[in-house]
Amino acid sequence: MARKSRKANRRHPLATVVLIAIGLVVTGGGYALLSSTTTATADTNASSQETIDEGKKLFAANCATCHGMSLEGTDDGPSLIGVGAAAVNFQVGTGRMPMAMQGPQAMQKPPQFTDEQTAAMAAYVASISPGPAIPDEKYLQADGDATNGGELFRINCAMCHNVAGAGGALTEGKFAPELKGVLPTHIFEAMLTGPQNMPVFNDDNLTPEDKRDIITYLKYIENNPSPGGFELGSLGPVAEGLFVWIFGLGAVIALMVWLTAKSN
Amino acid sequence: MTSTIERADAHPEAPVPVRKSGGFTAAAANYIEDRTSISGVVKEFGRKIFPDHWSFMLGEVALYSFIVIILTGSFLTFFFQASMVETVYDGSFVPLKGVEMSSAMESTLHISFDLRGGLLIRQIHHWAALLFIAAIGLHMLRVFFTGAFRKPRELNWVIGFLLFVLAMAEGFTGYSLPDDLLSGNGLRIIDGLIKGLPFVGTWISFLLFGGEFPGTDIVGRFYTLHILLLPALVVAFIALHLVFVVVHKHTQFAGAGRTEKNVIGYPILPVYAAKAGGFFFLVFGVIALMAAFFTINPIWNYGPYDPSPVSAGTQPDWYIGFADGALRLIPPGWEFVWLDHTWSFNIIVPVVALLALLGAVAVYPFVEGWVTGDKREHHILDRPRNAPTRTAIGAAGVTFYAALWAAASSDIMATHFQLSIEGVIHVVQAWAVLGPFLAYFITKRVCIGLMKKDHEILLHGYESGRIVRLPGGEYIEVHEPVDEYERWKLLDYEVYQPIMLRPNAEGKITAGMRLRARMSNWFFEDRIAPPTREQLEAGHGHETHGEIEKGPGLV
Repeated sequence: MARKSRKANRRHPLATVVLIAIGLVVTGGGYALLSSTTTATADTNASSQETIDEGKKLFAANCATCHGMSLEGTDDGPSLIGVGAAAVNFQVGTGRMPMAMQGPQAMQKPPQFTDEQTAAMAAYVASISPGPAIPDEKYLQADGDATNGGELFRINCAMCHNVAGAGGALTEGKFAPELKGVLPTHIFEAMLTGPQNMPVFNDDNLTPEDKRDIITYLKYIENNPSPGGFELGSLGPVAEGLFVWIFGLGAVIALMVWLTAKSN
Repeated sequence: MTSTIERADAHPEAPVPVRKSGGFTAAAANYIEDRTSISGVVKEFGRKIFPDHWSFMLGEVALYSFIVIILTGSFLTFFFQASMVETVYDGSFVPLKGVEMSSAMESTLHISFDLRGGLLIRQIHHWAALLFIAAIGLHMLRVFFTGAFRKPRELNWVIGFLLFVLAMAEGFTGYSLPDDLLSGNGLRIIDGLIKGLPFVGTWISFLLFGGEFPGTDIVGRFYTLHILLLPALVVAFIALHLVFVVVHKHTQFAGAGRTEKNVIGYPILPVYAAKAGGFFFLVFGVIALMAAFFTINPIWNYGPYDPSPVSAGTQPDWYIGFADGALRLIPPGWEFVWLDHTWSFNIIVPVVALLALLGAVAVYPFVEGWVTGDKREHHILDRPRNAPTRTAIGAAGVTFYAALWAAASSDIMATHFQLSIEGVIHVVQAWAVLGPFLAYFITKRVCIGLMKKDHEILLHGYESGRIVRLPGGEYIEVHEPVDEYERWKLLDYEVYQPIMLRPNAEGKITAGMRLRARMSNWFFEDRIAPPTREQLEAGHGHETHGEIEKGPGLV
């Protein structure tokens, strides 16, 4: 009996899988399409009351447990008063929020909300109290002065993120992430709001033009791979040393064994 | 060919038949021989015998890498400007256009981006340098673990050790030349190390840098060291090293017909000349492939040196890593003020530890020679297991070095394995202190276990894996006797007895004698002597006896 009923229901699980797959493709594809362009629409910060209300609902359902119903913060999460739309867009847009678990620092993961939802939450948070806004498109084109950006990057960023943006270790399991493949909006917002352990580089410290130059530099080294060949993770001498011991010396020893084996 | 030359020697008045038999080659050889008497040398070298084992070629790899380094280095000197004069970059690399930098950095960028083949040559030079020192390290380990440093080769070990140190110095000076951010940070660490030495530190630092760090002299000074003084020393010591190899003859592993008085293998001419010549190109090829496909030291990412920025993941090249790691392992709070001086034990301790490690490597052959009291020459190599204490000491040393080495990449391990950097450091600290002891005991026990196994095999043969049922129903596994050639390998070693503490001629026991006796006891307390002839015969007798007893049903 049980077997029969399972048979009768057989199509349903399959249908669910297909449905989920279609759903994923649609949202994923939609996200991919939108993500390159939508940061501009996020600028519709003129945010209608409707958007803010939508954001409020999302916030209450997904964020308030830690950040409090009115952004005041709890023992588990900081207050969000004054963090502005930029912080929300960065944290939620890169998947760091909502956090999967408490740890040394919030890990990046696939974003949990669509761009519209993220924008709605940003609008809601910004509506409670003013804070840094989502950056203007004109600073995000990676068309500034790469030389200036490179110098600023080496002076301000490289001690944590490494000269080539490969990332680096901080104390107690915290770390500065790799910067390859990060959207210009998110780079800008990170500098502006100082997420996790990062210091704030406000507009008096690094002007928006400076930030644009830094983005330009990062995009230049990302889009122009090393003329010297594979970069070995841009990790510097450790990766080079490992490579020469394992592959360089390994290849040479294989040749040595081959050369001496012939005589037998 | 040599025989032709000899005949020419024997009949200098009759060159005609020589020309007829050998044509141009013989005539040319004859011409040279008449003017240089080189045939003696050719005869001596050409007939030189080298035994065949893959691990005997590690030194060659170092030599060939060095040749590659000299070739590419010469090319680089044509274009490199060893000067710290400030200039503004105006080359092809966009993100550095308009940046002020030293002309050392500017010319290195020029070599990398605007000189045809420049980047390839630079990368060959750097990869070859890394391989050079790695090959030296592995070569030293081979020599150590096989006991090839014993009399008469102790001095050659010391020469090899000096080459290792010189190679590190070559590497470090070369790494510092481009005056980029990474190498500047490395220099700053060295500057800190020097300044941490009590009393003399600051004076030495100012002497080295020509004033306050970084100054404008250091690149020029390192350049002189890097291309003149150090290479000259390396070449001289390599020459001496090779002369000694020829004088001492090459060592060989035990085997049928191999004794302390012969060398079994192939002559240089023609076999090894061809093999080694071909091997040079293979090594060159491997280095060139690495350089063609893999970036090394991308100075354009690092930018020009500026004392304020320090990049995350700043490390020295691998061979200086152990020194960097030693600094990272020191717990905080080891400096204090005393007598109006800051005593930086956080620096003095690692410096002393590193010097002690290097010193121990340099003098080990003499220590072991003194402990064994063995004044005989040794040309047959030990299998590492047959010298358990030495092998265990080596393993302990390797473990300690590896801990320091790993510590230099603590931050990379932390980020890539999602660990906390403090946790990594604490684990490596424990590893550096306890690891050598653990490695010592484990290695020694493993060696002794392997010796016991060999002993067993010699006496009772291999376990053949063939299970046979006897008529009585009993199952046994048939043991096959080891073959003659294998037996040589297993049998040909000797064990030392611990020295007995006896009063000397004056009837005294000195402290030195006591120490030596204690060391000797430590070295040779646990030992497995090779089976004697009687034991072997008894063992085999037993074997055949068993065969007979088992009866024909066996086969």
